[in-house]
Amino acid sequence: MNYNWNWGILFQTASDGSGTYLTYLVVGLGWTLATALAAWVLALSVGAVVGTLRTTPTPWMGRFCYAYVEIFRNVPLIVQMFLWFFVLPELLPEALGSAMKQMPPPWGSYVPAVLCLGIYTSVRVAEQVRAGIQSLPRGQRMAGTALGLTLPQTYRHVILPMAVRIVLPPLTSEFLNVIKNSSVALTIGLMELTGRARSMQEFTFQVFEAFAAATVIYLLTNLVVVLGMRYLERRVRVPGLISASGDAQMAGH
Amino acid sequence: MIEFKNVSKWYDTFQVLKNCNTKVDKGEVVVVCGPSGSGKSTLIKCVNGLEPFQQGEIIVNGESVSANATNLNRLRSKIGMVFQSFELFPHMKVTDNINLAQIKVLGRSVEEATTKSMTLLKRVGLEEHAHKFPGQLSGGQQQRVAIARGLAMDPIAMLFDEPTSALDPEMINEVLDVMTGLAKEGMTMMVVTHEMGFAKRVAHRVIFMDYGEIVEDATTEDFFGKPRSERAVQFLSKILHH
Repeated sequence: MNYNWNWGILFQTASDGSGTYLTYLVVGLGWTLATALAAWVLALSVGAVVGTLRTTPTPWMGRFCYAYVEIFRNVPLIVQMFLWFFVLPELLPEALGSAMKQMPPPWGSYVPAVLCLGIYTSVRVAEQVRAGIQSLPRGQRMAGTALGLTLPQTYRHVILPMAVRIVLPPLTSEFLNVIKNSSVALTIGLMELTGRARSMQEFTFQVFEAFAAATVIYLLTNLVVVLGMRYLERRVRVPGLISASGDAQMAGH
Repeated sequence: MIEFKNVSKWYDTFQVLKNCNTKVDKGEVVVVCGPSGSGKSTLIKCVNGLEPFQQGEIIVNGESVSANATNLNRLRSKIGMVFQSFELFPHMKVTDNINLAQIKVLGRSVEEATTKSMTLLKRVGLEEHAHKFPGQLSGGQQQRVAIARGLAMDPIAMLFDEPTSALDPEMINEVLDVMTGLAKEGMTMMVVTHEMGFAKRVAHRVIFMDYGEIVEDATTEDFFGKPRSERAVQFLSKILHH
């Protein structure tokens, strides 16, 4: 392989003149996090509501949420990204559509990216919340009901507190996914970490250095998320139960 | 107090309750027994509307359980229920388990509810476990907490759905003792159980069910002394000889 290694490139001035390539990439990480975190907030709130509603006894609500989940989880993320960015503004009323198209960069890419990634992730969160709720013994709901609690009270005080503990580990994976998936936003022009690594490679031809740096930055970021979520799992662990996933059984028998 | 009138229930085409008629008077202790799958658990779950039924009527304290006008949540709050698998809320301390519905349903203050909970915990012999979580208690202790949780609502009747079936043998008596105490105080009770010793000692009447039917509905002496149906005789011979 004939390749000129040059790790020093990371400390040379970037093509946009704003600083070194390393800072150029770190700013990219900033955009990655800004996109991922906003999408994560959206995904958690919508996903929690949709997942919970799918377990309630109201049939039409369940069907509506089912349709929502199946639409957004069965279309590839990159296609959804294009739909939000190129197609949606054309379908909206003229004023709103052109307002979307005229948003100055990077917001013109950032807003559709957050919406797209947030909705896409929300259906995955919804499925996990639903599975978590359904993994609880049926008797828990009965016990709440038998005490005279209303359905919302039973959810609020009995079902959801345990379901949240059960879905924390799979939610960690979703959190990591949302950070990694934010890289797809480069296809609609958002200069987040992957977008910047690619642009650095195009200007300098130092493809290995550019993507090695991006890889390390992603790994370190996600490691922080994993450790944070582990800490959270430990914090909410219920005394006397061996693990969050086993407690449903223990409580039942 | 609790009256069943021609109650029938189907799961799709399968009939689980067939024209059940009986009643439980105030202060009466009625044991419901029968082979598994006979519909006895379903029958008592109909009393507080945990299981819907398609035909007939159940009147609790003058109110029809299935009537639209009935406030089912309020009715449920007046009937204590104890489950086979305890169903304590694992993420709450023992006191919080007993406090929850007192505060949320009856509107008691935290202090009132806690005082009540501690009194009841003392009564079931668990006051020193008040600050533990259910997972830190034995099965027998958990079931006693569950009984206290039901009693905290000052119920007009208590329903027990196989309260000792999930317990190790050495823990059964501590739960039965609490139930016997309750019965002695005049609590109206409907108890699904296989504990025939308890039935003999405590029950006023025994209902024997098979295939969704109430086959026998007799005083305790009559049921054990001279059961009328062949099925009850067979059931008793099986259950008493093990």
